[in-house]
Amino acid sequence: MTAREDVPANQGGLCQKGWTAAELLVSPERLTTPLLHGRPVGWDEALDFVAGRLAAVQAEHGPDAVAVFGGGGLTNEKAYQLGKFARVALRTGQIDYNGRFCMSSAAAAVTRAFGMDRGLPFPITDIARAGAVLLAGCNVAETMPPFVRHLTRMRDGGGRLIVIDPRTTPTARLADLHLRVTPGTDLALALGLLHLVIARDQADLGYLAERTVGFDEVRTSVSTWWPERVERVTGVPVALMREAVRILGAADRAMILTGRGAEQHAKGTETVTAFINLALALGLPGREGSGYGCVTGQGNGQGGREHGQKADQLPGYRRIDDPAARAHVAAVWGVDPGDLPGPGRSAFELLDALGTPPGPRALLLFGSNPVVSAPDAGRVARRLAGLDLLVVSDIVLSETAAMADVVLPTTQWAEEHGTITNLEGRVLLRRRAVDPPPGVWSDLEILRGLADRLGRGDAFPADPGEVFDELREASRGGIADYSGITHARLAAGTGLFWPCPAEDHPGTPRPFAGRFATPDGRARLVPVEHRPPAEDIDAEFPLYLTTGRVLAHYQSGAQTRRIPALDEAEPGVFVELHPDLARRLNVAPGDRVRVRSRRGTAEGEARVSTAIRPDTVFMPFHWEGVNRLTNAALDPISRMPEFKVCAVGVERVT
Amino acid sequence: MRLVVVGNGMAGARLVTEVRRRGRDTGIDVEVSVFEAEPCQPYNRVLLSNVLAGTAGPEQVRLLDPGWYAENGVRTHLGVRVLGIDRAARVVVAEDGTREPYDVLVLATGSEPVVPPIPGAERAMAFRTLDDCDRIRAAAGSARHAVVVGGGLLGVEAARGLAGLGLPVTLLHRAGHLMERQLDTEAGLVLRQTLAMVGVTVRTGVTVSAVDPGRVRLTDGAVTDADLVVFACGVRPVVRLAREAGLRVDRGVVVDDGLRTDDRSIFAIGECAQHAGTVYGLVAPAWEQAAVVADIVTGADRGARYRGSRVVTRLKATGVELAAMGETHLTDDQAEIVRFTHRRSGTYRKLVIRGERLVGAILLGETPTVGSLTQLFDRGGPLPGDRMGLLSPEPAAAGAASPALMPDSARVCRCNNVTKGRIRACWEAGARDLPAVVAATAATTGCGGCREAVDGIVGWLCEQEGVSV
Repeated sequence: MTAREDVPANQGGLCQKGWTAAELLVSPERLTTPLLHGRPVGWDEALDFVAGRLAAVQAEHGPDAVAVFGGGGLTNEKAYQLGKFARVALRTGQIDYNGRFCMSSAAAAVTRAFGMDRGLPFPITDIARAGAVLLAGCNVAETMPPFVRHLTRMRDGGGRLIVIDPRTTPTARLADLHLRVTPGTDLALALGLLHLVIARDQADLGYLAERTVGFDEVRTSVSTWWPERVERVTGVPVALMREAVRILGAADRAMILTGRGAEQHAKGTETVTAFINLALALGLPGREGSGYGCVTGQGNGQGGREHGQKADQLPGYRRIDDPAARAHVAAVWGVDPGDLPGPGRSAFELLDALGTPPGPRALLLFGSNPVVSAPDAGRVARRLAGLDLLVVSDIVLSETAAMADVVLPTTQWAEEHGTITNLEGRVLLRRRAVDPPPGVWSDLEILRGLADRLGRGDAFPADPGEVFDELREASRGGIADYSGITHARLAAGTGLFWPCPAEDHPGTPRPFAGRFATPDGRARLVPVEHRPPAEDIDAEFPLYLTTGRVLAHYQSGAQTRRIPALDEAEPGVFVELHPDLARRLNVAPGDRVRVRSRRGTAEGEARVSTAIRPDTVFMPFHWEGVNRLTNAALDPISRMPEFKVCAVGVERVT
Repeated sequence: MRLVVVGNGMAGARLVTEVRRRGRDTGIDVEVSVFEAEPCQPYNRVLLSNVLAGTAGPEQVRLLDPGWYAENGVRTHLGVRVLGIDRAARVVVAEDGTREPYDVLVLATGSEPVVPPIPGAERAMAFRTLDDCDRIRAAAGSARHAVVVGGGLLGVEAARGLAGLGLPVTLLHRAGHLMERQLDTEAGLVLRQTLAMVGVTVRTGVTVSAVDPGRVRLTDGAVTDADLVVFACGVRPVVRLAREAGLRVDRGVVVDDGLRTDDRSIFAIGECAQHAGTVYGLVAPAWEQAAVVADIVTGADRGARYRGSRVVTRLKATGVELAAMGETHLTDDQAEIVRFTHRRSGTYRKLVIRGERLVGAILLGETPTVGSLTQLFDRGGPLPGDRMGLLSPEPAAAGAASPALMPDSARVCRCNNVTKGRIRACWEAGARDLPAVVAATAATTGCGGCREAVDGIVGWLCEQEGVSV
């Protein structure tokens, strides 16, 4: 492995996860043969079985009795093909993906405000030139360490970093100003900051008049969020709020970036909207060197949300309930628009409906491990167990794969061609570097094999180049227009920013430079109100639990826990708690503690640290069990679950 | 169901919006009519001090947009005084002849300023409404010396605001120290000093006997120049309607836990209401009350009850940080008191603790822990044994340790999990400069933040070798 230094996002930087990723290619835990009820079988037997069962289930219970669940780590080609497979080969509307747990709140808020959801609507290198960056709920120093290089450059140039986080994370330690917000109150804090911006005459009225609509209503709505009230709700001292607003106002160029900490709430869309309102009031979006952005999570978290593995979506970031979008995509797919299913259930609702009438009875799962990563995971595991058929495609036997009737071994990153779209909206080509182990198929080959058996093999090529060319057509004219991007163009350079509507188009690094992607070209400010967490603390569950990531692990840990160096760095679940709380619970560092919520219990090793608030405990979610605690209360717009805050009790295990 | 609300201030306007918000959820049809004696749209009274000080514009105090009422089907009678309540007919009678029938009536009539009965009182200005604010600001433009009478929360905010406009201000207060309801003597003293630094002269223990043209006379015979006099002598609940309608009235309109008066179809909320012996003068309780009434009348939660509020007073005055909450007057023999004073820096911090719970606090001067203390007070959460930590934030993390003192197990590069021991081992194996150590360990290749530290360790190892050779 060598570092490639010409890609601006990381400029050759990698953390331990990156440097050790190649170990997984040769891991002894690698799956190399299909498993049918735990028994190694050949591909024909496995796929015949799956296709036969799918047909039987659908014959008895209808097309929607089969569901598909995808992942934000899949390449654009796979994500696209999965959406098409569900709607054309299976004719089911029941498809969603784990990005619902990741990007959906930001996506919903950004689409509403700007008409287009591209995580960073500017090149990532703009960050280094900013005079101030506000990171809301975003711990990049652990989740994406090379990102910190951009922040470091920004600070070396005199810029200031503000971090909003309930924990003193490694990222918060880098900050000039850390606002240590109470879990579940980021929205109130954003409202308070906007109130101060208006009070201090920092609102850019010229910009607001020219490029936005809705400021008057928003100004009225934040009148009731004066800083002293916000302090009482959030725990953030008024003086620090004033300082944050002063820093943002003093900067020529400023950015507001949100991460999962602000987004993974039952009011995540509103929280992101509040930060967008703040950015718009300051006149940042669409101004070169400034802006609002969301820091996208998974490897292909951006592309994964654009091409149709989402319940309500068709390729090109089109809406599945838009007749014009249906007509366009149906034509590319050679089907009647009327035959395309409508919107299906969102991720948690889909998982929660499995095996329970009238929910789906069979599930095909690609690139996800919901037994570990879904909220209220104990319930999700029970639902999976109630299925007539569970089929999982994965590279290792994940916790979810271990429950499957059929496990299909698949290729991974260095073994296949494909594109991914990074956090700044840059489409990158990931090339095959090594041959996959014998007996392992790519997801595209698996889908083709299944489609063959369902009588639609002709519509599902297994070659990623062919699939991408079809994706280009399907996305043509859509919001995320890839029609001008080719594998050859990508191979020749360092990627292209979408939208890219023609082969001679240079791509669009700053889509909001002249106008926003709304019908009238103006951004929308939308008034939003704070409300408490879906589950607040009480006498029985007196502490907040917030979950997050550690540096050594990625997502459900299915990959990283199998890499010895990473396992050694972070070998298991821990519970981070404040010394005051530890003393009260009679817990010493290293003790085993049990955390219980209304939904389940989990155990971990106590880590005593002042990095956490005394009213909150933190657990990383990379291991099975932690998400048995979390609350599946859903955001009414994005259907994002409330991962970031629920009420728990903690005790020492004696 | 016909709901009539009398009063469209902080409490009344909040009630109406809360009712409409629930209406959208529950689908219950509530017809709403609002009467308000002031002719303007509702505004945020909490921010008036900021408007006076010029730190908030009149635009910013608007509580509802002008079109809101029409969009939400709320009938308004602005600038219309209510003359009486016909309880038998369940009708509200207004001065313009309107007779508005109700199924539920909510009194949110608020309070009015107390004007001391002294000669020349009419020369002073009250500080209660947006209009008052405009009048005071206009007068401040040509005034040379202002006097504020009354050293409670509002008086202190007004004095600070006027001083901020560049006017010399004298603040006269009857009690022995400022804000005596919230503060103890020492806090009052420190506050007085802080105000002096921003141009407010404070005189306590004095009573105004007359307002003459250009000056204010005190009962002790002293005279203070003043061409702008503001009264902030407290407020009294507006209870005339309730009293004339025969409802039970003490200091305020007496209500139960459902905010009902002794007539079940009439509620009272906000500063005109008296619940469990308390008349609240702050907005937070009024809003909690509005939420309870909205729950009850819309049917969203007929069992909703109001159990009283924990009172936090937070001064809004530039350069004067003050939070006071709960029982601040308890003494050492009644409770555990933790206290820190530093008059010179304008700092006074006092915690009142009972049963390991924070039951009161005064925090004067910038207090980094003000947010967590307010939450501990609000929630009644258990306190840590270390009381000092409550008053001062945790000490900042120590700077980077010198390579010599760092244990081998210390992680130098977080991103790639490289310890000092690993760098040493690598160095011993022949990697004698930074690039060689980087190549061998991948240290510095993540966020890049440890570059100096790794370089320092390599340099130190080289130096050590030099010493030992």
